[in-house]
Amino acid sequence: MIAGDQGTVEEVAKVRAQLGLDRPIAVQFATWLGHIAIGDLGRSIYDGQPVTRMILQRVEPTIALSLCTLLVALSLAIPLGILAAWKAGTWIDRGVMGFAVLGFSFPVFVIGYGLIYLLSLKLEWLPVQGYASPREGLGEFAAHMVMPALALGWVLTALFARMTRTSMLEVLSQDYIRTAHAKGLSSLQVLVGHALKNAAVPIVTTIGIGVALLIGGVVVTETVFAIPGVGLLTVDAILRRDYPVIQGVVLVFSAVYVLINLAVDLSYGFLDPRIRY
Amino acid sequence: MLVGAALLAALIACALFAPLLATADPAAMSPIKRLRPPGDEFWFGTDSLGRDLYSRVLYGARVSLMVGFAVAFLSTTAGLAIGLVSGFARRVDAVLMRIMDGLMAIPPVLLAIALMALTRASIGNVILAITIAEVPRVTRLVRSVVLTLREQPFVEAAHAVGTPVWRILLRHILPNTVPPLIVQATYICASAIIVEAILSFLGAGMPPNVPSWGNVIAEGRTLFQVAAYIVIVPSIFLSLTVLAVNLIGDGLRDALDPRLARRM
Repeated sequence: MIAGDQGTVEEVAKVRAQLGLDRPIAVQFATWLGHIAIGDLGRSIYDGQPVTRMILQRVEPTIALSLCTLLVALSLAIPLGILAAWKAGTWIDRGVMGFAVLGFSFPVFVIGYGLIYLLSLKLEWLPVQGYASPREGLGEFAAHMVMPALALGWVLTALFARMTRTSMLEVLSQDYIRTAHAKGLSSLQVLVGHALKNAAVPIVTTIGIGVALLIGGVVVTETVFAIPGVGLLTVDAILRRDYPVIQGVVLVFSAVYVLINLAVDLSYGFLDPRIRY
Repeated sequence: MLVGAALLAALIACALFAPLLATADPAAMSPIKRLRPPGDEFWFGTDSLGRDLYSRVLYGARVSLMVGFAVAFLSTTAGLAIGLVSGFARRVDAVLMRIMDGLMAIPPVLLAIALMALTRASIGNVILAITIAEVPRVTRLVRSVVLTLREQPFVEAAHAVGTPVWRILLRHILPNTVPPLIVQATYICASAIIVEAILSFLGAGMPPNVPSWGNVIAEGRTLFQVAAYIVIVPSIFLSLTVLAVNLIGDGLRDALDPRLARRM
């Protein structure tokens, strides 16, 4: 493919030797593994750049988007979930749960294009696409980040709100909640101070699961909003069949996913003193 | 759930009778009539090559539903088989579950993207890639059900009267895994439809000549500011389909697992 459609047998053989494709699979894998250990993910077969550097250059927008999305999702979902559990069975509860089903049903890019259509094309409030680094000014950064974070946060909000509600319902039926009410604490104090604290472990677990959705969603969101992050790098690499880059990105994303879930597991001990390792 | 079932039935009908309902060949181009907005002649308008969007969206239903059902069926079947074996055979259990853990370490959408990057774009490969990404979760579910069941008195009793292991698996364990598995299958179907659309949207899914919703949206992407309807129409169909399947899933869950229904 690299040698071109007209490539001669010798040219193809030369490219194969350059890429190390003439060696046995096991040797290729061992070499790759050895390079990973020293942080070398190989070079792009498209433009020869080191994959590690390509990823590092693109990492800032992706981290910014992920953090903003988590912030949006958590600050919407936890109050919604608490509210739904507190008012269980009422129209508020049904409304929140209805929203959650909708949240699971709309793919990221559908929400993304819906937002662009409404906020950028019709109302002309926000820039259509692109990314501005926080160093260029926080206003610009926020204006470019609102829609992607909302689009990507939508499904996570649904997931977290559902889990918060379930977990809160369980806790709210406990005796110590009645005791807390009985000693005259306000509803807010009971809900946040007593119930939420005890409902935290399943909620944090769900955040770990949500990271998988987040990583898949980042790839799509960055494409929709033309944000030059690792997600867009992935898509470009797929379209060019740039295997070292695809491998590197999948490896890095998976490592992040595993590490975050490790952090989640470790946080249990902190959230619930009964859990000890 | 009734709403969901009615919606899904309507969409299945669209998919099955697409050749009858379509007003034009979904692949027929007519450059003169390109980018016509929705109107009398073209109900949903035409795309940049003058292809009828209404017909393309109808045919797109075929792709999405086929991928959704195929992945749901294949991944539950494979997950069931692996889960049963792994729940009952101690020695293979460790090996199988480590493989599943390895697969689960990669976020599903990313795994499907990576697998598609390795192969040629075709509907079979899309189904296979999404199935592989979904199998580990089904396996875990089945295995956990099997592990609780095999400690139950009725299984011990069956052992005591000398029932062979395969018979216990088929007659006593398998039927009990079915209800949670059916619920899981509907959710997998919904997520597979989304993942297929994402793959096609990113250019790693269906071949470009297949009118799948993800492909249509991807083609409309560059023209979004001039002809937003090319993106919006298939998006609405996609969301309604996933919503219908999710509603059915919630209904089934409430019907098959009353204990969980009260909590959720």
